[in-house]
Amino acid sequence: MRHYQAVIIGGGSAGLSAAVTLKENGIEDILVLEKDAEAGGILQQCIHNGFGLQTFKEQLSGPAYAERFIRKAEELNVSVLCGTMVTGLNDRREVTYVNPEEGYVTVSADVVILAVGCYERSRGAVEIPGERPAGIYTAGQAQRYLNIDGYLTGKNVFILGSGDIGLIMARRMTLEGAKVYGVAELMPYSNGLPRNIKQCLEDFGIPLYLSHTVTHVYGKDRLERIEVSKVGKDLKPIPGTEMYFDVDTLLLSVGLIPENHLADEAGILMDVRTKGPVVDDNYMTSVPGIFACGNGLHVHDLVDFVTLEAARSALGAVRWLKGTQTADKVYKASAGQGVSYVVPGRINASCDHRVDFFFRVRQNFETAQITMKSGDKVLRTLKKKKLMPSVMEQLPLTEKMLGELEGDITIEVTEA
Amino acid sequence: MYDIVIIGAGIVGTMLARDLSGYRLRLALVDRENDIANGATMANSAIIHTGYDPEDGTMKARMNVRGARMYEKICQDLGCLRKVVGAYVAACGEDEEKTLAVLKQRADEREIENVYLSGDEARSQEPNLGDEVTKVLSFPTTAVVYPWEIAIACAETAVNNGADLMLNTEVRDIARTENGYILHTDHGDVETRYVIDAAGTGAGKIARMVCEDPGFTIQPRKGEYFVLDHQVEYVKHIVFPVPGVKGKGVLAVPTVYGNTLLGPTSDPVQALDDTSTTFKGLDSVRADLNKTMKNVPYRYVIRNFAGLRPSGSTHDFVIRECEEAPGFIFAACVESPGLASAPAISEYIINEILSRSLTLEKDPDAVMTRKRPLVMAELTDEERAEVIRENPAYGRIICRCEQISEGEIVDAIHRTCGAHTVKGVKKRVRPGMGRCQGGFCEPRVLDILARELGVSPLDIVLDSKASRILESENR
Repeated sequence: MRHYQAVIIGGGSAGLSAAVTLKENGIEDILVLEKDAEAGGILQQCIHNGFGLQTFKEQLSGPAYAERFIRKAEELNVSVLCGTMVTGLNDRREVTYVNPEEGYVTVSADVVILAVGCYERSRGAVEIPGERPAGIYTAGQAQRYLNIDGYLTGKNVFILGSGDIGLIMARRMTLEGAKVYGVAELMPYSNGLPRNIKQCLEDFGIPLYLSHTVTHVYGKDRLERIEVSKVGKDLKPIPGTEMYFDVDTLLLSVGLIPENHLADEAGILMDVRTKGPVVDDNYMTSVPGIFACGNGLHVHDLVDFVTLEAARSALGAVRWLKGTQTADKVYKASAGQGVSYVVPGRINASCDHRVDFFFRVRQNFETAQITMKSGDKVLRTLKKKKLMPSVMEQLPLTEKMLGELEGDITIEVTEA
Repeated sequence: MYDIVIIGAGIVGTMLARDLSGYRLRLALVDRENDIANGATMANSAIIHTGYDPEDGTMKARMNVRGARMYEKICQDLGCLRKVVGAYVAACGEDEEKTLAVLKQRADEREIENVYLSGDEARSQEPNLGDEVTKVLSFPTTAVVYPWEIAIACAETAVNNGADLMLNTEVRDIARTENGYILHTDHGDVETRYVIDAAGTGAGKIARMVCEDPGFTIQPRKGEYFVLDHQVEYVKHIVFPVPGVKGKGVLAVPTVYGNTLLGPTSDPVQALDDTSTTFKGLDSVRADLNKTMKNVPYRYVIRNFAGLRPSGSTHDFVIRECEEAPGFIFAACVESPGLASAPAISEYIINEILSRSLTLEKDPDAVMTRKRPLVMAELTDEERAEVIRENPAYGRIICRCEQISEGEIVDAIHRTCGAHTVKGVKKRVRPGMGRCQGGFCEPRVLDILARELGVSPLDIVLDSKASRILESENR
């Protein structure tokens, strides 16, 4: 069995960033496995601008952002195996992959980094009743048809869910001559970034129906019509509020789910909140030597944070390889009131480096009071304006605070 | 001029086509849909019921008991999946236990293997069985199949033996002739000596084209279901409630590929093609399931769907020659347990009806078996290495969730009765059956279809002829 120092599963933004960081830190023998024909992951179909403001301080398109990392990986001689699907992973860090050239191959590694990305929630998962005609797509699927394959999926469009891909597609399809009738969002707040609401909906006069959902789909062959209803506080449709739109296309932008079947197969402990693995301060999962980062760990708002997190996970892997840390005692980090999840979810008591938590709030906050506690002790409080579920928040656990840990960590947010 | 035209390419029609293709007969199989097995055969509980349920003296009882026993060989001969999972009929309390006793007696009389389990014994095997379940009648030989796989395999066998398959062909009217019938279809006239009406929900309409009162009407009942991803193994056995007036009730079914089906409802509908799901229906699946099951992991739901049972006013199958129209044979009102009964229905129609007036001569050249398509997941590592060396397309995974290769998809397109739609590919080799429901693979499958069929991607449809997926080329 061929052995590597590191195998990275996924050659998208997370995988490439992790590979580059590993290389820069002296890990030479790396294999990146990418299922698509080229590296870059989902960025390749995101031809709009807005990537890289944090990382490069400039606005890049998705492919341009990817290109920078692909080039860097090339310069560093990272081997990226494209057209290669990983089909198996076990807790001994053995990875099985398949491609047309080599067939099924199993390799082993000192460290495995899961940079597997996420998939879109489907119609079935959100329970939209009605017929099952053609013309219903996930937003990313329609984006692929348009931006990669060069086909428009329809002329009269409605979008369910205010996720960012849906918002981007509202603008994109409008620019390509389609009529977008509106975006319905089940929650009373948007799930997309404020800048996308502004630039993709408001600037084009596309209505956003908050607290609304699609309650029926009509059409035997191709989609003909949808029923949209207002929902109550219980998120159930309110009878009598039905609106009808005669559309041939319904895009679903109703959430992204970390791709977790490999992690499951390896017996990795999963976080029910993020639907990704539980990781520690090194981004290591419950299986020693297997690390996770990017949208396969938790769904990010900006690719820049994926890049950042993947680099951190690579540094974590390097640290673990050097064996500078012992896993004696572990503090859990979890979401308190007002918070939907916290990553990383575990901090080793022997951790000697600053940890930056990513978290998301459950609802909109005008002026938020953020509190980080360890046991009963308050480690830090701060006030911050305008927190919303669509935007990831960060909070550092500094080296100084590490010395003050008394118990499990919670982050909570309340209205100040 | 055909000897026999079968209307309806569902499980009954295709089973008949296969069996009849073993004789020297000119055969046609006609269906209005764009693929085989697009009606009730596509949307049911996929169970080969053993036959304890139908009442004594019914065609259902006779066909079910016989048909169920034929499936093992059929699946072997056709290279189709069949998994013996066993069934639990779960009773809650004394009243329901009385019904169990009736079922047990019937099962014993029909020599169907069965055994009683206490609620606790059953729960030790099936931990998600509800706490209120007091007694279970277990049927260890109950199996599940992939119904459309069998229908497609039957059609393929028939066509390889010379039968004609006419899809997208709707029978508009039927006229009597001196020695048979003329079917007026939207694709021209078809002449035949015999007609078999296996048109599912359309059987009543077809029957009335030749006879004023066929003695039955079709009163379809809709069944709504949830599908759970195979990531979770929720049940090992099929779990039934005690049957009631509305049929077998809401079940939990482990399918051949490890998904779980939850359902069906049983609601009468007017339209013969109303397969829409509803909040009400899906809610009632959840509510009814609570009776026999607990800890239902709804977060693993990947799809909901509805199917129509071609239930009849007779409450029993109608399998007979039309009195007013000799040579016109009904295979109608085949609701549950129609799947389990289909082989026996075919056998009965051939041996008891057709043979009375038709000379049936075996065709020595007919091949009644079918080789199972290559399925990468079923091969050993060595076998996989070899097929990929021979054809690298078997190493290119197109469906991430179910890990289906391009080679398998191409095979499915080029086989006899091959796939020419996205759903057709899904039915045959399963890309799109997984947790992402085709979000990832559909554009890739569409691309392969266009390439292999030599058409524009714009011409590739999801299912029916008018179900186009792409609108236009982008400027």
